[in-house]
Amino acid sequence: MTTKYIGKPASRVDGLEKVTGKARYSADFKVEGLTYGFIVSSSIAKGKITSIDSSRALALEGVLQVFTHENVRNLPWFKLRYTDMDAPSGTPFRPFYDNTIRFSMQPVALVIAETFELARYASSLIKVEYDKETYTTSLYKNLSKSFKAPKGKIGYVPPKSRGNADAAYQDAAFKIQAEYKHSAEHHNPMELFSTTAIWDNEKLTVYDKTQGVSNCQFYIGNIFGLAYKDVRIISPYVGGAFGSGLRPQHQLFMAVLAALELKRPVKVGLTRQQMFSFGHRPATLQKLALSASPEGTLESVRHEAYSETSQFENYTEVIVNWSATMYACENVELKYELVKLDTFTPLDMRAPGAVTGVHAMESAMDELAFELKMDPLIFRLKNYTDEDQVNEKPFSSKELVACYREGAEKFGWAARNVEPRSMRDGKNLVGWGVATAAWDANQMPSRAKALLSIDGKLVVSSGTSDIGTGTYTIMTQIAAEILGIAIENVTFKLGDTNLPLAPLEGGSWTAASVGSAVKTVCEDVRKILLKHAVKTKASPFYQYDSTKLQIDSGEIFDPNDSSKGVSVTEIMRLAGVNSIEETSTSGPNPLVGRKYTMNSHAAVFAEVKVDEDLGTVDVTRVVCAVAAGKILNPKTARSQILGGVVWGISKALEEESKLDHQYGRFMNHNLSEYHVPVNKDINDIEVIFVEEKDDVVNPLGVKGVGEIGIIGVAGAIANAVFHATGVRVRNLPITMDKVLQIAEDDRNQVAV
Amino acid sequence: MNNFSYNKVTEVAEAVADLTGHTNARFIAGGTNLLDLMKENVAKPDHLTDINKLALAGIEATEDGGLSLGALATNADTAWNELVEQKYPLLSQAILAGASPQLRNMATNGGNLFQRTRCYYFYDTATACNKREPGSGCSAINGINRIHAILGTSEHCIATHPSDMCVALAALNAKVNVTGPYGDRVIEFRDFHRLPGDTPHLDNNVQDGELVTSIDLPPSNFTQHFHYLKVRERQSYAFALVSVAAALELDGNVIKDIRLALGGVAHKPWRDRSCEEAFIGQEATEANFRALAEKILADAKGYGSNTFKIDLAKRAIVRAFSEALKNN
Ligand SMILES: Cc1cc2nc3c(=O)[nH]c(=O)nc-3n(C[C@H](O)[C@H](O)[C@H](O)COP(=O)(O)OP(=O)(O)OC[C@H]3O[C@@H](n4cnc5c(N)ncnc54)[C@H](O)[C@@H]3O)c2cc1C
Ligand code: SF4
Repeated sequence: MTTKYIGKPASRVDGLEKVTGKARYSADFKVEGLTYGFIVSSSIAKGKITSIDSSRALALEGVLQVFTHENVRNLPWFKLRYTDMDAPSGTPFRPFYDNTIRFSMQPVALVIAETFELARYASSLIKVEYDKETYTTSLYKNLSKSFKAPKGKIGYVPPKSRGNADAAYQDAAFKIQAEYKHSAEHHNPMELFSTTAIWDNEKLTVYDKTQGVSNCQFYIGNIFGLAYKDVRIISPYVGGAFGSGLRPQHQLFMAVLAALELKRPVKVGLTRQQMFSFGHRPATLQKLALSASPEGTLESVRHEAYSETSQFENYTEVIVNWSATMYACENVELKYELVKLDTFTPLDMRAPGAVTGVHAMESAMDELAFELKMDPLIFRLKNYTDEDQVNEKPFSSKELVACYREGAEKFGWAARNVEPRSMRDGKNLVGWGVATAAWDANQMPSRAKALLSIDGKLVVSSGTSDIGTGTYTIMTQIAAEILGIAIENVTFKLGDTNLPLAPLEGGSWTAASVGSAVKTVCEDVRKILLKHAVKTKASPFYQYDSTKLQIDSGEIFDPNDSSKGVSVTEIMRLAGVNSIEETSTSGPNPLVGRKYTMNSHAAVFAEVKVDEDLGTVDVTRVVCAVAAGKILNPKTARSQILGGVVWGISKALEEESKLDHQYGRFMNHNLSEYHVPVNKDINDIEVIFVEEKDDVVNPLGVKGVGEIGIIGVAGAIANAVFHATGVRVRNLPITMDKVLQIAEDDRNQVAV
Repeated sequence: MNNFSYNKVTEVAEAVADLTGHTNARFIAGGTNLLDLMKENVAKPDHLTDINKLALAGIEATEDGGLSLGALATNADTAWNELVEQKYPLLSQAILAGASPQLRNMATNGGNLFQRTRCYYFYDTATACNKREPGSGCSAINGINRIHAILGTSEHCIATHPSDMCVALAALNAKVNVTGPYGDRVIEFRDFHRLPGDTPHLDNNVQDGELVTSIDLPPSNFTQHFHYLKVRERQSYAFALVSVAAALELDGNVIKDIRLALGGVAHKPWRDRSCEEAFIGQEATEANFRALAEKILADAKGYGSNTFKIDLAKRAIVRAFSEALKNN
């Protein structure tokens, strides 16, 4: 099918607004009479507040109120009233509910003042006294208290084992066993969380940073006893979120509480430090044991993961399951357990679970390939499968072999010597590594509305969000394509609860979900237009067979008869309609889901140069070959993969939330000490989208590209570091002290 | 951040008077460190004396053949200054290894000397820290101390001085000119910063109310063989885990003079003249550099997560001198 917009590298439709500063993020909305809030965070991780003295703060002129658990009343006691659409099982955190401290940096007071500066100053005058209790924040020291991860969270599927992995392992000719450790990580989007709440005595309007306006509406409505229709959440732009916006954050509750109580508009934002006071990617310990026959057939996979959660909720993510579907193997034993710690509940973070589990699995695959003296890419190809052995279903499409082939060719993989330390560039040891990645290609029910006006302008809308991924752009492309009008005449709106309901913006499902709804609604409008074309007497196509007609550039025509034509606007005028408005729903086809497993895939190739004396690692090249169905916009999609690869480099080499167990507190809570890559850390990244045709996954044939780009990167880099140095660093991030084996804790680093 | 008054001064004398007129005033230059500390309630000045309008931004050759760096010259202007590049390329390299271009455009030479440690606990008022609150304890000793000191530490504090520029200034025997309520004086660079001892709240030997006016560099012969090596966790915009300012004056392959200053390992840029002197007259060989590294780190002590720095520092010293040998 030739297309005009879909599949074309359109530039972002919101690009101009963003680069000119016109795009307004949640903290940018100005309101008459605005007041400002500042949150006081707890200094301890567990215990009771024995007293809060706000008198010095309240004595300042311009300080309106200090909210604490002592004066906040009338909140619902029923814990489920605090739940949200992304909440795991358990008891959601209830701010200001009682004097109990459950995690370090828990909000304990909220100062509201006439200016931000005053609120911040006043916050420093509040004296909070605590009765400390002993707390525990070490995952590794509490492994004996692990328990089986319960169900209950969106996106979580309990792992399923098959065969007898232990027996196969015992008998196997080649085997490896290894432990991998990951520290916690925080999302740290550039934009801080901020909420502005305005209460007009009947309705509440809230500007918030979120990945799901309806989730915030649901949360606020339930807690404050407001009808959903009286709560409007607006969030047109999000300056990055990566999952942190999937759950309502502290400032939303705070701003609404204060606005309702004080009857003044209130803005509350989190500081960068307070961005470490909510969910994070959990710290994990993973144990893997793999075995293979002398020919390189994978005979057993055993993958155990121990992950932290809070005392009050059971955060779960799919860590180990990927190890059961990525390769053919008869014997797979999976185990996934949680350990409760006195920290906040972890939270989905870009490719939750997969980033962690696939790094370990792909490193283990490399370790086994090395035992076998087999090229790690050949080893992967040897154990390739077209069947999802867990669910005994074929994949709807899986062009992973093409990813391996095209990626390897671009990278020059064929020239690789299997021996570690076999390549050198001056003082640097050079290494090449490969890893596979997989992610779900889900679709969620979504609604979209289309309004075509007599001036030929189309407004399509859905209450989804654009966290910087390009949602505005691809939805505009889809609408223009399906209806057949010029892209300049299409506007897409999102981020408002007044718009049709859309799912949370996560899981890489927005393109498929909202895109399908946009497609459906535009098809509906198109049908109506064509109906007018054949039913309106004055139309050149009166009594025509509408199925013979097409629309392009706003013109209705018959491709087999160029003598006639009429514009969309003219047909509306002739038919006497001023506008056409339709709302449609689109959802996954359950029959397809029953028959097929739907995943996106990628192959990642990485080159590292490791300074032999200093142990520093430079990722000089990455090739990421992706099979993700139809690529709606190669430009925005490429950016998604680039961002994923950059984050993968970060995960492999730099990123780590440092938790001090004396305080139960993350200590590197600023962007100077919480390291993510700088420009200089990033070299060549090559993105390949392989052809992948998938007619069953959804009507658009798309699988989503938001997460697949990050998943394989840490594994590929860790494997490349081993290839360069002969040292297997299994604890991320891979820092120079671990590479040089001079780190305090390098028991797990094994050199050949 | 607390409330404070603010005054922008234009004369040096006025600056000193303005500051001393308040109980807890601070000078503010680029503000890149002070403002962060104020936002975290670590610094709580009641008054700021803005010194940016003082005529102290010049960089000029001195009569003795050295160079004078104005306290208010920015780090960027200093690093890219032609005279600095020609005569003190080690200093240029060191400055450019620090922070980011944006920060270097704001940061002043004076402010760089006074920048405070990056110890996580120092920045977080929820924790104990002797430097921030004398007598409260040191959280880093048994805590996260990856970025902490291995030399010259005390049981009261194991923080490092985080500057790169100061490491080169130490190697180059700079002198700091200060003026203040008690008149003008010159402080040798090695006496500028302090070790923590039992007064970790004091970073340096500048007295309250004293203003740094300039930094003087003596004539130097280290324009041929020098190298500033910074080992860090990413390739820019990260503080040094270990940094090395290495400089050699050679006669053939014989060391006529040698300078070695370490950053990221102590409460001040670390130099040990007796170690250096032991190698004067010796061959510039890798073995000798290794011996020098062993010698200067002989008393180093690790605290767990930072123990690797002892070995890393040795490796970095050898590398820095090997690189220095390559220049010409
Ligand atoms: C994220 C980040 C990363 C950084 N990375 C590095 C790095 O890698 N390497 C590095 O070396 N530095 C680094 N820096 C530190 C930076 O170099 C310092 O913040 C800067 O040099 C301070 O200069 P300023 O003019 O902004 O000082 P200010 O913040 O204005 O002042 C700092 C202190 O010096 C005092 N002061 C200033 N001028 C004078 C004077 N003339 N006389 C007396 N007292 C004075 C002030 O009273 C104040 O107490 C980094 C900073 C940040 C924020
Ligand atoms: S090392 Fe120094 S600055 Fe850090 S906590 Fe200890 S006393 Fe404070």
